[in-house]
Amino acid sequence: MKVQLSHPERQVDVKGPKRVRELLRDLNLIPEAHLVIRGDDLVTEDEMLKDDDVVEVRPVISGGSGSSGSFGLFRLFG
Amino acid sequence: MRCKKCHEKAVIGLPRHNAAFCKPCFNEFVHDQVARAIKSERMFDPKDRILVAVSGGKDSLALWDILLKLGYRADALYVDLGIAGYSEKSCEKVERFADTVGKAHNASLLIHTVQEEEGAGIRELADLLHRPTCSACGTIKRYQFNRAAVEHDYDVMATGHNLDDEAARLLGNVLHWQDEYLDKQSPSLPASVEGFAKKVKPLYRLAEREIAAYAVLNRIDYIVEECPMAKGSKMLLYKEVLNRLETESPGTKQAFYWGFLEKQAKTQPAPASMAEKDQATLHPCATCGQPTTAEICSYCKMMARAKASTPH
Repeated sequence: MKVQLSHPERQVDVKGPKRVRELLRDLNLIPEAHLVIRGDDLVTEDEMLKDDDVVEVRPVISGGSGSSGSFGLFRLFG
Repeated sequence: MRCKKCHEKAVIGLPRHNAAFCKPCFNEFVHDQVARAIKSERMFDPKDRILVAVSGGKDSLALWDILLKLGYRADALYVDLGIAGYSEKSCEKVERFADTVGKAHNASLLIHTVQEEEGAGIRELADLLHRPTCSACGTIKRYQFNRAAVEHDYDVMATGHNLDDEAARLLGNVLHWQDEYLDKQSPSLPASVEGFAKKVKPLYRLAEREIAAYAVLNRIDYIVEECPMAKGSKMLLYKEVLNRLETESPGTKQAFYWGFLEKQAKTQPAPASMAEKDQATLHPCATCGQPTTAEICSYCKMMARAKASTPH
């Protein structure tokens, strides 16, 4: 199957069939930090992916500080 | 995997809730979590005018979407930081969302451009000041959002901070024993003094993965690529560590942050005395009038230093 990855953007080929959970494990990716998308749909970890599937593994984590700031969010006013 | 509520095919599993949901039931779960956050932390009510701080990322656009769908009066502010190749893309995402979902709910988008206001983008400012870009960015955004909320008479300012953001920030503060910041980690901070907008974080009950899933399922077109300035930031490291723990032991992040909030609620002074403390220590900045504990606020100090070090 074709697997689209980010950070950096790249595509890798992975032999199917394979469950989503195993795909993430093989790619050494943390399930809590990723979504697996096939077409327009999310697929759950127990789903079996076929050899001819095209999937995107999308990281969900963002932010240096933009979202949170340094640890003292309201340091500005100090 | 089947939906816990209706037994249709699930689109997402939530190990921390020992549940899985189909799309409609997941949307209901997300809306319910936000509604619970708003009610339990007394964030705002339907007559209030809310200013949402949007960045083009999943959290802030999902927050704007959820608030509008829950029937709140929510406008948004985007601060263009002038990050080459990134700010243009993120601004486009925000404008597209405002033109479709925002317009359908009669919501407006305000845009502030740092380059126009200060004569330089964030990278140049950070370079001039010899400060980490994320730190300068945080100062600028907090200042801009607070000032806009106050000047445009919004009742409250809402940010897209999620459970992962708050748990990672708590971890950072605890690891460095920055306990002076802990009392500001509440999801709802009052407008304690004149010039200080009330600030709320309605997504604090939702994990980052859940918000990303909400954005994907509801076709919210957000900027997936990471801010180029954030690479190697400590926040990303703390989030990764917490997500490793979460994968091994679901519920760790909420136990950590919500547990902290519960303990804090028992030991922290009542909001009234927190406000009194703020009133005793904060006064208007001599340059811009925004509240600060110093004579001049850190935003004005930063801009003055940047201007002084600009080559003539």
